[in-house]
Amino acid sequence: MDFLRPASWEEALAAKAEHPTAVPIAGGTDVMVEINFDHRRPGHLMDLNRIGELSEWQVGPDTVRLGASVPYSAVMKHLRAELPGLALASHTVASPQIRNRGGVGGNLGTASPAGDAHPALLAAGAEVEAASVRGTRMIPIDDFYTGVKRNALAPDELIRAVHIKKADGPQQYSKVGTRNAMVIAVCAFGLALHPGTRTVRTGIGSAAPTPVRAKEAEAFLGAALEEGGFWESGKIITPSVAKQFAQLAAGACNPIDDVRGTAAYRRHAVGIMARRTLGWTWEQYRGAGRTLEGAA
Amino acid sequence: MALHPRAASVPAGTPTKITQGSGTRGGIGESTLRPDGTLKVTGEFAYSSDMWHEDMLWGHTLRSTVAHAEIRSIDIGEAVATPGVYAVLTYDDLPAEMKNYGLEIQDTPVLAHGKVRHHGEPVALVAADHPETARRAAAKIKIDYAGLPVITDEASATAPDAVLVHEGRTDHHAGHVPHPNIVHRQPIIRGDADAAAERADVIVTGDYVFGMQDQAFLGPESGLALPSEDGGVELYVATQWLHSDLRQIAPVLGLPEDKVRMTLSGVGGAFGGREDLSMQIHACLLALRTGKPVKMVYNRFESFFGHVHRHPAKLHYEHGATRDGKLTHMKCRIVLDGGAYASASPAVVGNASSLAVGPYAVEDVDIEAIALYSNNPPCGAMRGFGAVQACFAYEAQMDKLAAALDMDPVELRQLNAMEQGTLLPTGQPVDSPAPVAELLRRVKARPLPPEQQWLAAGAEGDSVDVRALPGGLSNTTHGEGVVRGVGYAVGLKNVGFSEGFDDYSTARVRMEVINGEPVATVHTAMAEVGQGGVTVHAQIARTELGVNQVTIHPADTQVGSAGSTSASRQTYVTGGAVKNSCEAVREQVLEIGRRRFGSYHPAWATAELLLEGGKVVTDGGEVLASLADVLEDETVDVELEWRHRPTEPFDLRTGQGNGHVQYSFAAHRAVVEVDTELGLVKVIELACAQDVGKALNPLSVVGQIQGGTTQGLGVAVMEEIIVDPKTAKVRNPSFTDYLIPTILDTPAIPVDVLELADDHAPYGLRGIGEAPTLSSTPAVLAAIRNATGLELNRTPVRPEHITGT
Amino acid sequence: MRVNFTVNGRKQEADDVWEGESLLYVLRERMGLPGSKNACEQGECGSCTVRLDGVPVCSCLVAAGQAEGREVVTVEGLADYARHRDDAHPGTGCAAGACGTSLDAAQRWQARPADGRSAEAAELSPVQQAFIDAGAVQCGFCTPGLLVAADELLEAQPSPSDEDIREALSGNLCRCTGYEKILDAVRLAAARQEEAVR
Repeated sequence: MDFLRPASWEEALAAKAEHPTAVPIAGGTDVMVEINFDHRRPGHLMDLNRIGELSEWQVGPDTVRLGASVPYSAVMKHLRAELPGLALASHTVASPQIRNRGGVGGNLGTASPAGDAHPALLAAGAEVEAASVRGTRMIPIDDFYTGVKRNALAPDELIRAVHIKKADGPQQYSKVGTRNAMVIAVCAFGLALHPGTRTVRTGIGSAAPTPVRAKEAEAFLGAALEEGGFWESGKIITPSVAKQFAQLAAGACNPIDDVRGTAAYRRHAVGIMARRTLGWTWEQYRGAGRTLEGAA
Repeated sequence: MALHPRAASVPAGTPTKITQGSGTRGGIGESTLRPDGTLKVTGEFAYSSDMWHEDMLWGHTLRSTVAHAEIRSIDIGEAVATPGVYAVLTYDDLPAEMKNYGLEIQDTPVLAHGKVRHHGEPVALVAADHPETARRAAAKIKIDYAGLPVITDEASATAPDAVLVHEGRTDHHAGHVPHPNIVHRQPIIRGDADAAAERADVIVTGDYVFGMQDQAFLGPESGLALPSEDGGVELYVATQWLHSDLRQIAPVLGLPEDKVRMTLSGVGGAFGGREDLSMQIHACLLALRTGKPVKMVYNRFESFFGHVHRHPAKLHYEHGATRDGKLTHMKCRIVLDGGAYASASPAVVGNASSLAVGPYAVEDVDIEAIALYSNNPPCGAMRGFGAVQACFAYEAQMDKLAAALDMDPVELRQLNAMEQGTLLPTGQPVDSPAPVAELLRRVKARPLPPEQQWLAAGAEGDSVDVRALPGGLSNTTHGEGVVRGVGYAVGLKNVGFSEGFDDYSTARVRMEVINGEPVATVHTAMAEVGQGGVTVHAQIARTELGVNQVTIHPADTQVGSAGSTSASRQTYVTGGAVKNSCEAVREQVLEIGRRRFGSYHPAWATAELLLEGGKVVTDGGEVLASLADVLEDETVDVELEWRHRPTEPFDLRTGQGNGHVQYSFAAHRAVVEVDTELGLVKVIELACAQDVGKALNPLSVVGQIQGGTTQGLGVAVMEEIIVDPKTAKVRNPSFTDYLIPTILDTPAIPVDVLELADDHAPYGLRGIGEAPTLSSTPAVLAAIRNATGLELNRTPVRPEHITGT
Repeated sequence: MRVNFTVNGRKQEADDVWEGESLLYVLRERMGLPGSKNACEQGECGSCTVRLDGVPVCSCLVAAGQAEGREVVTVEGLADYARHRDDAHPGTGCAAGACGTSLDAAQRWQARPADGRSAEAAELSPVQQAFIDAGAVQCGFCTPGLLVAADELLEAQPSPSDEDIREALSGNLCRCTGYEKILDAVRLAAARQEEAVR
């Protein structure tokens, strides 16, 4: 195994082009587990920690450009206002030690359906800035996940940053696990209200081969909110609408039975979380939301 | 030598008799601090995985990837040829006639021969200059497996045409079991349960399932073996019983026991998981073959395969009662799955059966407990040892019975509670205090924690602190669907090794004068695994010898056996041995004193003499001499074995016999908040009341009770080794999916300690380590049932059991 | 490969390092610092927690090469680290980030080599002493990781609530204690530090 330590982004791209099977490592919270347990022996390990810009972020008018290696702890601490859903998701990641090292870039690189950031990215709307020696392209988040632990990156590409839409309305995130820390999601749900476009976006984790949106549920809810004039009136969403939304969200799942949970439970839980997160975000939109302690 | 006047003046007529140890600081009853605490907090305490030696090689085990298969061939050619590899060993390389080991039945191959019987069974060993070299070499070993039918439960184990897990059994249980795939069977029949059932107004039955729990000690299996010049070997290892290991290691190496020199290195927890051998023989084999030191460390993945787990169990119970709540009878059948090798299964069967009734008085019982051989992972000792599984079932039954009788569940238990003098189903009387009803009363009397604590926080009226809710920061509820539940349970555990086992310990105590100060040295082979035995030994020595300076010698095989650090027995038995040896030392010291100074003062001959504060004193407090003056250059050095009162085997037909040394009782109350829609549970308080007889170190006692309580919480809501029912392969061998409680999962654990002495035991103490693992689990289950109204006959409870999806 | 980094204030070098080794392995097996523990090597237990440039991380998940040129504090250096913090930044800690060591402080601050004898003479950091005093140490295998995490907590939050303590230590497993006495120890250390500052 060779250990590469590019000092700059350009060096990193060049190295990846030369060794397309090189495995990039930043926080190490996925890659090192595989190496420690002898599940992976890449020919080249490419350390990205020397590239300082990957740990920086810029807040623009509409988006936050989040460097691929910004640790979750920084998102929680500094981007709660701009990216509330992602900040909540970050707070559910593993442990303080892991949150100090792991970041969204690594989550995307691994592209596990259980990755904590994905439902929040899907709900907020985002684009992945993927670069290679051939140039840079923006991959819409909806097109990023292509299979179980597979993503749309070409072999010579690295993730430089993620451009995430700044919140224009309340966002929520909920993760079901059988323990209160250091737990892989049994299922997870992200929801973002977008009053600017009068749409609602969702993200579901650990309930399908990839992270997915509940598009039918979103379309239904968008139409119902429009028809009922809810955006303007701010009145409470009709229980039947919330129920239908939850059912459609559950229906968007394609889960399996595994050691962490059953398919039936996952569908059921997603429905519950869809209903609850809709309630919480809508209450916040109405101005009647309760303030939450403990960073949720 | 000057005589000192009596220190204090006393009113006439008031007795001022002092007792041995009452004047010495740091003795029993105080919360003295651990002697190894400083090294542990500076990171300098040497655990078995911290061992290091110049020139050492790394050992690695190749384990089977299937549960039951013939080994058609093993090709190690490529592995041997790998640069940096010093040895590759298989069964054919075992040097002596003995090829197996085992705690009771030597049925476990050191390296697989001809077949493997469980997922992860050791097949080959590699020694290399770096762990990665060893791993890569092991990956080059080619093994041709031919699959065999897999036995995974009682039906497949006892079917008429079932494949035998062990052919040609010759062990002493083989003759009395109904099928060769049953390791051991213990029935207990007392009175006439069927006839008594006729009297019952209410009968409740239940089928319960207890999942496979893992000890999950944090310190990995590890150690260092060094070949000696005389052809022997030195072994530094973390274990629970040095001499039991030694007895199994030496024959396989073909060495006499005195050529296998074992020293206990630091142990990172045990909980039963180190009673069986793991890497001990393997490391020694590699060291002797290569002539170099060999270190072996299991990573967490391998650790799940490297030790036995708690027996999963299926339990069928029947209880009857008259309308007033008095139990009429009890019947049960307990099936423990022992997996591929026997380990401690026979003893677990004995425990489960004899303690199957729990801390209740019932005269008519019909009990049967068996342990199966199967191709599931081998199971053996884990804290609680068969009594845990039974307690889960009988406490569920008691709640069912209370509901059927429309009685309060605690009152029903108190009505039937054991007392001093109650007979166990084995006919053995409980001959010490049995405060079962009182323990329940205490946990019940505690004020309940305030409701809806998530609303209490915050300045504004409408703040929610998710950290007080099920799901916590994972943000699954802000109060929706959350229902509180409260549950109670009480359990009965035995202390010590039972059924006639010659359970003893040895302590060597030396007293000498160093730099003018009397110093005691205590040397035992007791494995300190975190329980605080080293602290207590020093306290006992201070109390019995009246000295402050006590050194605890490292545990090794240069002193006689201390028995196992298990069965809640160490403070009783090795503590008893230390006390006994100290008493002998004291006698010898006083003899020397009489010899030297007897003519100076009549009290040497007439008074009761004690050792206090480094001096010889009378029980009236008069100082006769300093220990420094008594001993001068002499050393008093005593090594003695000590035994508790003997026990008897259980009759193989009736189960009758005085089989246990002592009993231990604990009760719990659990308060939970359940998100009933998502099936998530938060335990917000798990209070315990336990009778410890005498708390030799109160701080340690409470710490042990809180730790055991937490392990019980773990198996109630999250801990289970999941074994594929078709392939018998372990599906979650890692901390990612075998979940033990984090600090965000544990509640407040207030502990109420009773000290009702057991006069048969040293200082009146009771063994304490296991009782809290019994009643904690059923208390949590009872609380969840209370919140949800569900029957919940299985532990651990998973969210889908609560949501019904 | 060769790696160079600073551990507990002292520059260290390791040679012939296999590229897949973790920082934890290098500390334990090459640098004679086995204080950080290897309970899981998968980031699920926290027993390997060290400070990497001041930040608590799982050293089992840092590739050895990633530590190049960086500063590591392990449990073996915790007492010295705490002493430096009190001397150089009393009451505030190094958390501000601009941890410049005055010449005077640097001359008085020396990393103590890890040898068994010095442990008895060494002055422990408040959190280390509190763990002993509160009975928070049983087998002790989780203790080093907890100490590093708890020390950082008290540096950042001198008066943490119980919820704060639980959250900060949620990445550290303990199998022996049930965590109650660990909470006692952190509260004790916080109270003592508050006393000392006043």
